Amino acid sequence: MNRGHYEYLDDIATSDVAFRATGRTLEEMLAAAADATLEVMLPEPAALKPRIKQEIRLTEQNEEMLLYRLLEELVFLKDAKQLLLRVESLKVTHAKEGRGKPALSLTAECAGDRIDPEKFTLGVDVKAVTMHLFSVKRTPEGWEARVILDI
Amino acid sequence: MTVPAQLQRLSEACWMLPPNYKDGMLVPAMIYGTEKLISEMDKGVFEQVTNVATLPGIVRAAFCMPDGHWGYGFPIGGVAAFDAEEGVISPGGIGFDINCGVRLVTTNLTEQEVLPHLETLVDRLYRAVPAGVGAKGFLKTTHKEFNQILEQGAAWCIERGLGWEEDLDRTEHRGCLAGANHNDVSDKAVERGHNQVGTLGSGNHYLEIQVVREKNIFDKDAAEVMGITTPGQVVVMFHCGSRGFGHQVATDYLMKFLSVMTSKYGIPIRDRELACAPLKSPEGTAYFSAMKCAVNMAFANRQLILHRIRQVFAEVFGRSAEALGMRQVYDVSHNTAKIETHEISGTKRKLLVHRKGATRAFAPGMEDVPACYKRIGQPVIIGGSMETGSYLLVGQPTGAETFFSTCHGSGRAMSRGEAKRRFRGDQLLKEMRGRGIIVRAVSMPGLAEEAGGAYKNIDEVVLSTEIAGLTRRVARFEPIGNVKG
Repeated sequence: MNRGHYEYLDDIATSDVAFRATGRTLEEMLAAAADATLEVMLPEPAALKPRIKQEIRLTEQNEEMLLYRLLEELVFLKDAKQLLLRVESLKVTHAKEGRGKPALSLTAECAGDRIDPEKFTLGVDVKAVTMHLFSVKRTPEGWEARVILDI
Repeated sequence: MTVPAQLQRLSEACWMLPPNYKDGMLVPAMIYGTEKLISEMDKGVFEQVTNVATLPGIVRAAFCMPDGHWGYGFPIGGVAAFDAEEGVISPGGIGFDINCGVRLVTTNLTEQEVLPHLETLVDRLYRAVPAGVGAKGFLKTTHKEFNQILEQGAAWCIERGLGWEEDLDRTEHRGCLAGANHNDVSDKAVERGHNQVGTLGSGNHYLEIQVVREKNIFDKDAAEVMGITTPGQVVVMFHCGSRGFGHQVATDYLMKFLSVMTSKYGIPIRDRELACAPLKSPEGTAYFSAMKCAVNMAFANRQLILHRIRQVFAEVFGRSAEALGMRQVYDVSHNTAKIETHEISGTKRKLLVHRKGATRAFAPGMEDVPACYKRIGQPVIIGGSMETGSYLLVGQPTGAETFFSTCHGSGRAMSRGEAKRRFRGDQLLKEMRGRGIIVRAVSMPGLAEEAGGAYKNIDEVVLSTEIAGLTRRVARFEPIGNVKG
């Protein structure tokens, strides 16, 4: 899939890690944010081979919560299943929540490997996705998000 | 220049932003530190501590300790107390790593006795206490047993021979906050953290072998009471928290609170990380219970790590941990909210005291100070950066102003990205070895981020707390061995 871009931001966090993720589409931005989160824990993400597959499915009210939940799920799987994952493909579709409210559904096909300090150069643990200065917005070029991860 | 023009100096190491600094402030914001530290504070501190001052039910002031820096919601180093009946509870005032804390244990070994074994010790500790991203512990628990840990804390370990009875006497709240109900935590939190008891984590978490040198004992009497008796004596200090379990508890409730904060309780949201709910509301009560589960999990985590440290020392030196004098000095919590009674304008009031990256520092004679420390005050263990040193302090009666709270560490001064550009993990490892500090780290980039140069000057931070009357210096420790995640 096409992936967006990300850059780490030094000027809005001291002990934590902040980044900006962009993409021409919502899917590209979401994949870029997932990449940025992975790189904090795995500074050489290219070393990660797609040995174990994991699907993530989410339904949320808006783009912002979709991003939050996607990253939170990746952080959860890192501890619960000791998995470091890269998003291989990602699709967002319009759906309906309970009571017929419009919502967005995300399906992300992820692949990666178990955490192994012998095999990988590890970075630092991401404890959580914070809501501090968290934002997702449309831009003339597509989509842009700002995230601060708790380290 | 990030210091606001409205900042007033009240005394040598105490500064104030008045309530008219920002709309909605209910109390002033008080920031502690020498002029040098205040001038170097990042702008996030002033913004965030004044946001805290707007929260409903806040009492006296929103405080920031001298090691304060930009956090999320509260600044790191933030302290705020809320009326226990009318006030709120805020997960962002506690942090994701609930009951992150530090434990200190003595030995009767001297530096000279340890040095020939240092390499082996650090290697074995590295293997005995799993560290780094997603590390699993050696303790296998069923879900039922894990639930018991959540409700019993460190005592669960002691009952199973994973520690000494006196360890509990020398732990804040005897290693267990009462009122934790495992039904208030999500399955997801349990799934995420049940296999992480006995693990260190990463980032600024560490396990260090340290030495107290003669010049670094400032209060001989108090040091002796705490078992620091001999110049050159070796101690072990470690810093970790409630791991993925606590992180998930905080995440779960942050979301819950955001959904009710304005809609149900009419509290405006300034920063979503300041999400809060009345303590007495169903959401507040459930989070308080879940937070206590995470507090207890962290106490058990540190208890198990202490057990493993004692085992390693016993193996390496061929003597029991008892014979090696490996007594726990104390265990302090950094990220908590606790019900405490404090005097406000001459009246004793029950308050919910939030400390985020701050340490409780009870004065001599206060309740919950262990009998053995009643005369000298509660021990306060301050972890510095891995290159510089750490401190042992005691609480002071003059600490009443901050609800008996003080700093928790050096405090970061440089972003993680900047530290990685300036320092290299492998070089740091070599340089530290040259200075007599043996390091084993899971992550070289992670090591670079924790370079001493990325932190404030620990001596200046601790001195600030002494000048402000919050805590008094007893001893300073220098690292000789370090395990990093």
